[in-house]
Amino acid sequence: MINDPNDSRKYVISGIAIVIVLVYIIRLFYLQIIDQSTQGQADNNALVKQTIYPSRGLIYDRNGELLVFNQPIYEVTLTMREMGANWDTTQFCRCMHISREEFDLRIADIKNRRKNRGYSRWTPQVFLSQLKKEDIAMLQEELFLFPGVQIQKRTLRDYTYKAAAHVLGSVGEVNQNDIDRDHYYARGDYSGRDGLERTYEQQLRGEKGVEVLMRDSRGRMQGSYQDGALDRNAVAGTDLYTTLDIQLQLLAEELLTGKIGSVVAIEPQTGEILALASSPAWNPKVLVGKERSKNYNTLLNDPLKPLMNRATQAMYPPGSTFKTIQALVCLQQKAITPNTLYPCSGPQSSPIKCTHHHGSPVALGEAIEQSCNPYFWCAFRDLLQKDGYGDENEAFRHRYELWREAVMAFGLGQRFTDTDLSEQSAGSVPSTKLFDRIYGKTGWKAITIRSLSIGQGEILVTPLQLANQAAAIANEGYFITPHLNKNDSMSTHRHELAIDTKHFAEVKEGMHRVMKYGTGRWYPIDSIECAGKTGTAQNPHGKDHAIFIGFAPVENPQIAVAVVVENAGFGATWACPVGSLLFEQYLTGSIKRTGLRKKMRESILNESVQNW
Amino acid sequence: MRASRTGNIWQNLDWPTIGLFLGLVLFGWLNIYGASYTFDQTSIFDFSNRAGKQFTWILGSLVLGVVLLLIDYKTYDVLAYIAYGAMLLLLLATPFLAHDIKGSMSWISLGPVSLQPAEFAKCIVALAIAKYMGRYEYKIRTWRDLIVPFAIIGVPALIIMVLQKETGSALVFAAFLLVFYRQGMSGYVLWVGVAAVALFIISIRFSAVALPLGSGSVGVLACMLLLTLVEIYFTCKENKNGLLWLILTGSVMLVYGIGLVVNIWIQVPFDWLSIGVVVALSIYTVIESLYWRKYQLLIVALFSLFCIGYTQACDFVFTKVLQPHQRIRIEVLLGMKEDPAGAGYNVNQARIAIGSGQLFGKGYLNGTQTKLQFVPEQDTDFIFCTVGEEWGFVGSVIVLLAYLFFILRLIVIAERQRTIFNRIYAYSVASIFLFHLTINVGMVLGLLPVIGIPLPFFSYGGSSLWGFTLLLFILLRLDVARTEQLR
Repeated sequence: MINDPNDSRKYVISGIAIVIVLVYIIRLFYLQIIDQSTQGQADNNALVKQTIYPSRGLIYDRNGELLVFNQPIYEVTLTMREMGANWDTTQFCRCMHISREEFDLRIADIKNRRKNRGYSRWTPQVFLSQLKKEDIAMLQEELFLFPGVQIQKRTLRDYTYKAAAHVLGSVGEVNQNDIDRDHYYARGDYSGRDGLERTYEQQLRGEKGVEVLMRDSRGRMQGSYQDGALDRNAVAGTDLYTTLDIQLQLLAEELLTGKIGSVVAIEPQTGEILALASSPAWNPKVLVGKERSKNYNTLLNDPLKPLMNRATQAMYPPGSTFKTIQALVCLQQKAITPNTLYPCSGPQSSPIKCTHHHGSPVALGEAIEQSCNPYFWCAFRDLLQKDGYGDENEAFRHRYELWREAVMAFGLGQRFTDTDLSEQSAGSVPSTKLFDRIYGKTGWKAITIRSLSIGQGEILVTPLQLANQAAAIANEGYFITPHLNKNDSMSTHRHELAIDTKHFAEVKEGMHRVMKYGTGRWYPIDSIECAGKTGTAQNPHGKDHAIFIGFAPVENPQIAVAVVVENAGFGATWACPVGSLLFEQYLTGSIKRTGLRKKMRESILNESVQNW
Repeated sequence: MRASRTGNIWQNLDWPTIGLFLGLVLFGWLNIYGASYTFDQTSIFDFSNRAGKQFTWILGSLVLGVVLLLIDYKTYDVLAYIAYGAMLLLLLATPFLAHDIKGSMSWISLGPVSLQPAEFAKCIVALAIAKYMGRYEYKIRTWRDLIVPFAIIGVPALIIMVLQKETGSALVFAAFLLVFYRQGMSGYVLWVGVAAVALFIISIRFSAVALPLGSGSVGVLACMLLLTLVEIYFTCKENKNGLLWLILTGSVMLVYGIGLVVNIWIQVPFDWLSIGVVVALSIYTVIESLYWRKYQLLIVALFSLFCIGYTQACDFVFTKVLQPHQRIRIEVLLGMKEDPAGAGYNVNQARIAIGSGQLFGKGYLNGTQTKLQFVPEQDTDFIFCTVGEEWGFVGSVIVLLAYLFFILRLIVIAERQRTIFNRIYAYSVASIFLFHLTINVGMVLGLLPVIGIPLPFFSYGGSSLWGFTLLLFILLRLDVARTEQLR
């Protein structure tokens, strides 16, 4: 053994062992440290992320009446990879109440990557969605027969009342844009598409939860991963308390039956919207579930444009209702005093004739009561010409700017930016620039824009702005931005009109007299003194629009309203009674004038207004 | 006397080896529990599951170890041939007593447990080889001296491969080549073995690329070239002519270096270049051998020609001789077929399991790949996956190093023996462990084809654990007795 010629071979053998282990360590280093792809592959193998959908927040009215809630629906998903050879398609079709052809067609659609971009054999694919409990009852019992089939519970919106469709808005499936913009969403998720559902989406949707489950090599679920350390519970959406009074809302929509138009009611002290109705409307239930897209298309293609929220988006000339603002601005800017008298020659008046018969000359109170056009033309003219015209018209133009500023302080000619109303139009209070463009810088004088004095011409307002204007007058000098969320007092959103309180007494008295002796005298309410102003807005497209603004009671007003009925004719005939009934409902809690209510409900002015 | 000798056993026992043995067995047991862990299972001692059963095997192996230490060391020398004969009979009988388990006829049922005689054959063959080659007058001078040793390992290997259809267990006997090498067999044989495997793999891998020679390509030719150079090296070494080898190697590397540089501008046909170089080398060696009358160099030229023929043969064996499932296994391993759901499934899932362990692993019992049974055979042949996934790179390296130290320790033990019998037996043990480690871990890491042999001490199974215990504790007993043996 001492002279072993092969003694050095022990080093060769040891060397072989060392080299092999070294090679394996290098291989391990490559697999475990350098190659990062396997981590994801292992997770894909083993982990299934199951989304837990939170229930969406409910929506209530101001008195705690439930308006919008959730109904359970079910979704059946298939994971193709897990469907074994013994999968009994015939039995499955029987459970799902579908034919074999429908099944094959649906499977072909799922596998078609052009229609179903996210298709994978490994993940659950929606086979049928929006199923009622009855639809899946049979499948649920025999679920164990069908590996790869899962039943997912989702919720759909449901509505207590067939009302307030525009305000509440609707919930629909998200599109690719939504997903790209907000990574919270995934294909198949729902989100608020319009109205309050959209504005308060973040609050209502809550927070999706996730459950990370483990799946073994045969696709069987093996419980939660890391004892649920990565799981997140779903957080239910927060309920929304709206400012709506559902009884008032129902009445408003009832009175608009068969008419095109809108109603807005506001609580003046708080800016809370009590009712916001637009006609034609639809039953909110039809934009839910399977029928949603079909019904949505019907609404979209309706020539009357029911999807448009007329209360906030339609623009009309305010007509005579504008005279209330006109009076206040003229008083504030010292163009008139309550005692200023202007003559009226009735229909012979020039340049604007009067449509009412009353004595002459008239003071402010009577002018409002009788809606005297010449009075307001004269007041407007005197306001604009107070400092003369100036060499380059500049004195006149400056006066016009001041007037416009004062008018816009009522919320006219602009959107409310600090509100939760999603769809609004700005309306228009014409600027000097507009007139400059039309007439040239020195080419327009008071007489040129005389229509503005009686709320016609280039001025356009939305019903919401009208109601807000009524509320501002009721408040004698300020308004709180109209809004729909009861939990947000919005008291900081107080906008001053810059009109002295003393000037309101005369205007309010005038409006009171309208309801007592003037155009509104036909619709008295027992024991309640109302103030209002009717308008009959001429429009180039057809019959006049009937308009009414008002508030009640005169002392300490609780409700301000605006009513517009398109192409109806006299404001006194078609808009004023609606306002009056709203006052009665809101202030007394019921309607005693059932005849008037019935008459308004049954007056069909436009046959093509759909009743959903 | 006897009592004092028993006392000596504990004193002289090689405790580092015992420590490594116990460490590996216990860690293996933990990982079997991890690999067979499911969610409704509670105890590692639950005897209805594999970890619980393994616990009984471990207790049994400890008892076996103590018993082996108490047996007189001379017994092993005396009984070597008798045991060998008995083993051959048992191996022959096994296929008739066994029932088919996944195509294998190697398991004998004894009541509730099954035993695999092949696992114990390794130990007995090692004793027989030690006895035959440890004779005083035995020396490896010519290849004739190796006929009997090859027969001793070849016969049981053939029985296991042909009759029991356990290719993996049969291949283990190739480990004895290392023992023969240590005892004086030419390094040539080892080299030719490695070269044959390498050529086989490369010629299959690149056979898709057709060449004028029928099969082969750049890779094949490069490999042939390498082999030719090594061949020349061995010849030159025997003739003490190192300079010649350096000149030849240098010029070949120069030719390829120029080829690579030229390749930047003009595409060089490396296949033709390689053929040219091989032919040139052959011609050169022929001239040299004739000029210097060193006819051994003629063998080199013959070897080059043989390589070309061999690659052809490989192709033939691969396409015509191998079974389809064997062919697919090899094709998947060599990356010629992507088949993650079929034959490549095990290997791919093993790769994912180990890879996803990353640096520190997912933590004990937290491996999703193994826990959810994505890796088949994860508590037997693929147990190393569990280590990789749950203990990460750090744990895997520690285990590999533990095995390396274990094997190196066995070599140290082997070298300090005073009898050739002891040393040969010790080298047999070291080689068998090294072979198992190499094939098993190489398979799990995707470096070698899927050959089902267990990882010593780790893989679940009583037969393999007891077989390895037998191997190791006989060695330890012999080691204790080395001071008593004079020579």
